[in-house]
Amino acid sequence: MPQTINIDKQNIPFSEGQSIIEAAEQAGVYIPHLCHKAGYKAHGSCRLCTVTVNGRWVSACTEPAEAHQQVENNTRELQSQRRAIVQLLFAEGNHHCPFCEKSGNCQLQAVAYSLDMHDTHFAHQLPQRSLDASHPDVLLDRDRCIQCELCVRASQEYDKKNVFALSGRGPSTQLIINSESGKLKDSQINKNDEAIKVCPTGALMNRSKPFSIPIGQRQFDKIPIDQQNTCVPDTTEAST
Amino acid sequence: MEIIDKNKGKRIVIDPISRVEGHGKVTLLLDENNRLQEARLHIVEFRGFEKFIEGRPYEEVAVIVQRLCGICPVSHHLAAAKAIDQLVGVNQLSPTAEKIRRLLHYGQVLQSHALHFFYLSSPDLLFGFETDLHRRNIIEVIKDFPDIGRQGIQLRKFGQDIIQAISGKKIHGVVAVPGGINRSLDIPQRDALRAQLPDILKKSKKAVAIARDLYLSNIDIHKNFGFIESSFLSLVDSKGALELYDGNIRIKDKAGKIFKDQLDDNRYFDYIQEEVRSWSYMKFPFLSELGIEKGWYRVGPLARVNNCAFISTPLAEQARKEFIQFHHGLAQAPLAYHWARMIELLHCAEQIENLLQDEDITGNELVVKGCPQEEGIGVIEAPRGTLFHHYKINEEGLIQKANLIVSTTQNNQAMNDSVREVAREYIDGQEITEGALNQIEVAIRAYDPCLSCATHAMGKMPLKVELFDHNGELLDTKIKSSV
Repeated sequence: MPQTINIDKQNIPFSEGQSIIEAAEQAGVYIPHLCHKAGYKAHGSCRLCTVTVNGRWVSACTEPAEAHQQVENNTRELQSQRRAIVQLLFAEGNHHCPFCEKSGNCQLQAVAYSLDMHDTHFAHQLPQRSLDASHPDVLLDRDRCIQCELCVRASQEYDKKNVFALSGRGPSTQLIINSESGKLKDSQINKNDEAIKVCPTGALMNRSKPFSIPIGQRQFDKIPIDQQNTCVPDTTEAST
Repeated sequence: MEIIDKNKGKRIVIDPISRVEGHGKVTLLLDENNRLQEARLHIVEFRGFEKFIEGRPYEEVAVIVQRLCGICPVSHHLAAAKAIDQLVGVNQLSPTAEKIRRLLHYGQVLQSHALHFFYLSSPDLLFGFETDLHRRNIIEVIKDFPDIGRQGIQLRKFGQDIIQAISGKKIHGVVAVPGGINRSLDIPQRDALRAQLPDILKKSKKAVAIARDLYLSNIDIHKNFGFIESSFLSLVDSKGALELYDGNIRIKDKAGKIFKDQLDDNRYFDYIQEEVRSWSYMKFPFLSELGIEKGWYRVGPLARVNNCAFISTPLAEQARKEFIQFHHGLAQAPLAYHWARMIELLHCAEQIENLLQDEDITGNELVVKGCPQEEGIGVIEAPRGTLFHHYKINEEGLIQKANLIVSTTQNNQAMNDSVREVAREYIDGQEITEGALNQIEVAIRAYDPCLSCATHAMGKMPLKVELFDHNGELLDTKIKSSV
């Protein structure tokens, strides 16, 4: 008899060592998230996956699943808090969906839709952030970076290159490149790297086939993210 | 309408101008006897796309710039795409890409022309220029002339259906990519569009008849309404035929004689310049050879139908011949724009029919590669006239400089002159009524201006600041030159 946790009155089986979000994903239960991706070390930074366990607020990506946990996920209060987090992310960066190539494949946008976000609510900070277009095939647009560090982890753990890191504090935090010039062109990045594919927004893009996925065929065009049993958009087609 | 007493005279402001795309106003300065002193069309909104695309990657540009407009985004998308093709070193698209882009363009021109004629202008033409304000709208047209109203809606919808089928959305879709397109039509989509064609062709032909008959029904007034004489500029193909997607420049002078022909549109800066004036965000283009005073010209349907030697599709060519015969070779009346516009609508419907029979539109060869360049220029005939997009990029592919000469901009002087002519005829020395002021808007509407597309004078606006005391005495003036 497998052990179970209870999420929103539904018993969910889990395996030893799984986090709450991993157990939920395995059972097809959607918990909003941005910095989490299956197969990656938990990061716990975006706080979007915050749930309550036996009345205590925890992030579902870092909290181990334990038998008999009573987890609240899809509640009005939690969804409202999550919406506010996403609104802050939009207000802190420069996210212009109408001309962003990632639109329709963007996890940030898809989460915003699923949380019924209609505006940013908070005043736009309009930060001045630099763009790195030095590499012929890879574009880094820091305007769209939400500092989830998925690219940092992917570059270290999957690509074994260590191209990216976060530097600075508070509003000055930005993604930096591990190269002598600090530019992508002098780094070891390659257009097929996992670090690019894993980006949940349009911050890291493969430039070799721009806008090649027609509207209507993008990942979230027809099925909302909360009805897709997946964590991160599959951008393989766009990236190759 | 706002009337401001200024000392002994009056300043009348029509703000906003209604039933046009974008935001503008007209000011009329009258003396104490209602004698007209000055009449101006001002564009009061500012967009600044030329500036804020600087520093963005070139591959985004065709998607960004189409946000200039909600009526003709396809034109900006395609003009930018043509410029970007040059940036990636592609001079010849695959047959599928070229034909899909053309099909999209014809759908765009058709829907825009239908929108303008039936939704925006037909209330004036059907009810009369001075009819009660509350009747001058498409809802009243549908009530009193249901067949005409329905026809306009169906024609526009067909154009939008084409746009949606190709670009994924009716407004602000994406299909053009550097060196080609991201999808062709699938067969069910093509067949669904084909099925609508017999009805659309019939309605398009009828649209020409409606525009012609309305124009002729009151010809003594219509032919002189806002009358001005100008040169005309447009694209034509190598044989001089009407060309909306890709061609060379032809300019006819005000007598109808060809002044320049087969000019390379990629060298537009050799023969077109732009002047900036302090009271409008819209520039004033002119032909360099003729100078500011004499070099202004008109673009759009009237220019294209006047300029071309023939139209390649039979029904539109027949309509063009009748139009040219009536005008003895060259039409100058602004209200003749409507008739010319519907001839183009018919041409688009015929071209769409041709393309929907072509197997290439379902092909798979979508993108061609080339050797990248640092500069690209795309020129297209948008619904409102010739549209120039010009971009320069750096070695990283980021936009360094952008120049957009938008169709409406090129009609700026003509619209101002037509406004002045109508004001002289219907305002000067007369009692001013709302209906009389609508006559001015009718003249502007004839050009189908897209004011939001046309305002890009950032950093070049001359500025004059005047400081008055409480008695209205001028204390100080500061002038910032545009040069």
